[in-house]
Amino acid sequence: MQRVGVFVCWCGSNIAATVDVEKVAEVLGQEPGVVFSTHYQYMCSQSGQELIQNAIREHSLTGVVVCSCSPRMHENTFRKTCEKAGLNPYMVEIANIREQCSWIHKNKEEATQKAVILGRAAIAKVHLNAPLTAGTSPVKKRALVIGGGIAGIQTALDIADAGFEVDIVEKEPTIGGKMTQIDKTFPTLDCAACILTPKMVDAAQNEKIKIYSYSEVQSVKGFVGNFRVTIKKKARYVDETKCTGCGLCTEKCPQKKVPNAFNLGLDQRRAIYIPFAQAVPKIATIDADYCTMLKTGKCGVCSKVCTAGAIDYKQTDRFIEEEYGAIVVATGFNPIKLDQYDEFAYSQSPDVVTSLEFERLMNAAGPTGGTLLRPSDGTHPKTIVFVQCVGSRCDDSKGKSYCSKICCMYTAKHAMLCREKYPDTDVYVFYIDVRTPGKNFDEFYRRAVEEYGVHYVKGMVGKVVPENGKLKVQASDLLGNRQLHIDADMVVLAAAIEPDKSARPLATMLTASMDTNDFFTEAHPKLRPVESPTAGIFLSGACQGPKDIPETVAQASAAAAKVIGLLAKDSLICNPCTAAPDELMCNGCSSCEKVCPYGAITYIDKEFRGPNRTTLVRRVAQVNPAVCQGCGACTVACPSGAMDLKGFSNKQIMAEVDAICR
Amino acid sequence: MMDTIKRISGVNPRKCMKCGKCTASCPAFDEMEFHPHQFVDMVENGRIDQLMQSRGIDFCLSCFACVERCPRNVEPAKLIEAVRLAVVRQQGGDHLRPEAIPHLLDENLPQQAITAAFRKYRK
Repeated sequence: MQRVGVFVCWCGSNIAATVDVEKVAEVLGQEPGVVFSTHYQYMCSQSGQELIQNAIREHSLTGVVVCSCSPRMHENTFRKTCEKAGLNPYMVEIANIREQCSWIHKNKEEATQKAVILGRAAIAKVHLNAPLTAGTSPVKKRALVIGGGIAGIQTALDIADAGFEVDIVEKEPTIGGKMTQIDKTFPTLDCAACILTPKMVDAAQNEKIKIYSYSEVQSVKGFVGNFRVTIKKKARYVDETKCTGCGLCTEKCPQKKVPNAFNLGLDQRRAIYIPFAQAVPKIATIDADYCTMLKTGKCGVCSKVCTAGAIDYKQTDRFIEEEYGAIVVATGFNPIKLDQYDEFAYSQSPDVVTSLEFERLMNAAGPTGGTLLRPSDGTHPKTIVFVQCVGSRCDDSKGKSYCSKICCMYTAKHAMLCREKYPDTDVYVFYIDVRTPGKNFDEFYRRAVEEYGVHYVKGMVGKVVPENGKLKVQASDLLGNRQLHIDADMVVLAAAIEPDKSARPLATMLTASMDTNDFFTEAHPKLRPVESPTAGIFLSGACQGPKDIPETVAQASAAAAKVIGLLAKDSLICNPCTAAPDELMCNGCSSCEKVCPYGAITYIDKEFRGPNRTTLVRRVAQVNPAVCQGCGACTVACPSGAMDLKGFSNKQIMAEVDAICR
Repeated sequence: MMDTIKRISGVNPRKCMKCGKCTASCPAFDEMEFHPHQFVDMVENGRIDQLMQSRGIDFCLSCFACVERCPRNVEPAKLIEAVRLAVVRQQGGDHLRPEAIPHLLDENLPQQAITAAFRKYRK
């Protein structure tokens, strides 16, 4: 039998005004095993805590019940209080008589009665409590960043700056991500490449940072502090250690008809390529889908011209195993496919482009050398129509339900740049709402209207019909209560953005949760925005939700700070309230393994002593306490009742229920 | 009346985000004094009488371009159809006067048509 002490808190008048605390203390004092019972004005105060500590010493208490606020508020406080007085912190139970009693009841008599019942339940539970000791697990002082866009680069730079090793895994041949394709950045209009490429070089030259380009994460095992990751280095058929990035092969390759993915297919490149001049690492890659040598075995031009002897047609995918303490997801976004919105004639005319394509058409390093020309006939467009919210803010059946957030600003930027470079163009922007919250954002949009004379029209484009080299745009002007018919030369669609397709399988590997749109979910939408609910997984950039560059960089640094906080520790204190199987009852069915969201359960074959000195081998569940988060899913799934949660065992919960029903 | 229109059409006008894509798509725009996005707004704000009196409702072709293109699945054309039905069903409207019938008759017109029209339009 435990020696239980009961401490009823008034919480000033929060509890005492509705609950007769004196009576609660008196009644609970009669409960079996209770050797001390009292009440006090503020149990969480210094003197309240001393009162508990003195009682533990004087009455040799082995269990403590505090009737007070929610355990979310002060459970930790009282655990520490008791620990200082020599009691195991897990011998403390909280009866929540504030949020679940005094605050929601008016009748003092009823509330008092309920407080007594809640107290009884806690006493019944504490009788079955066992001292628990939190274990520790070591931390591998190295971080993995998945995705080498601006988010991944910033996170890696910040982690490296704190002195920790970081690896970046990027699926493309170069790091830099979407920002490398962007021409200028709002609202300052500084050139994206000018501010990004130095960061790319910093990352490459930092001795703490290792870049795995043209690589993907193959599998993730382990848990916070001890992830074991397999990285697949895809065959690029070029020896990275030898290639100097001279680019001769990319000029001599006879296969010239490869759609240039970097320019979104607006022009063509060779089968061996370096995505762009400032690529990091600057190493050529052979596109196996188009290379004649790899397909037919006849060519080998690149190999002949390469003075470094870097071409290796026999290269295969390689797998690298590495250990990490923390993983940052920075997988980014992509514009959606526009097949569903053919009223805008995207598939019918090359002059209907997405905003990202427009970005390339305006870029000095783009297919037109920075001169805005129509993809169809290479002439200067005189009338340009921008359509906002294409696929954003839709009913679920028609597109993405969310606002893509960045389109209002980049469209204002495009419209402004058009008018600045080519004052003879007429620029229309059709909008539903102009959403420009952000530092200097609304001023930027107003400048587009007031100084640059962009025609902002409240309304939407209904259809675009290509006709005799023009694009007939039919649209509404809701404020003017009229329908507009514009003969446009180009139409630019602000396509919604969605998480990269690689995010979903990655989330499964990491057991990190996602929302219905495949954006990663935060541990708390306001207070823990850069952490995944899965310990040791952090979120950076647009993989968590649509974001512009300043926000992405801010979040990337925030994620880095969290990673540094984790890696700075030598070991992690685990939650001792973890699941544990009764191996004799376990029937090896794997139900628990399947429901465990953290991958904490594995099965092993274990020898058991049978009758008559025999041994038998049985398959039983094993819980890794360092990974288990104590969610209890396995205890519910287990058909034989073998799985139990320490500190919340089935017996304890039934004892509470019995006490309530008594 | 607003509830009747909503019930007949099965449309929830509150889903509208006022983007105007319906009006942008409408081929009968020039014939109508109220346009598709306005129907939705008028139904939402209970201005049904004005809509019922509008000649424009008869010019809606029911081509369903607005229904097809609405990003939020509001279906404005169904609202117009419901308003037209409401006009037809209204009591005491006297759309067809007995004394006007002789002028409408011609020898090719089946008598059944007159009877049916009389039943439908004189309530």
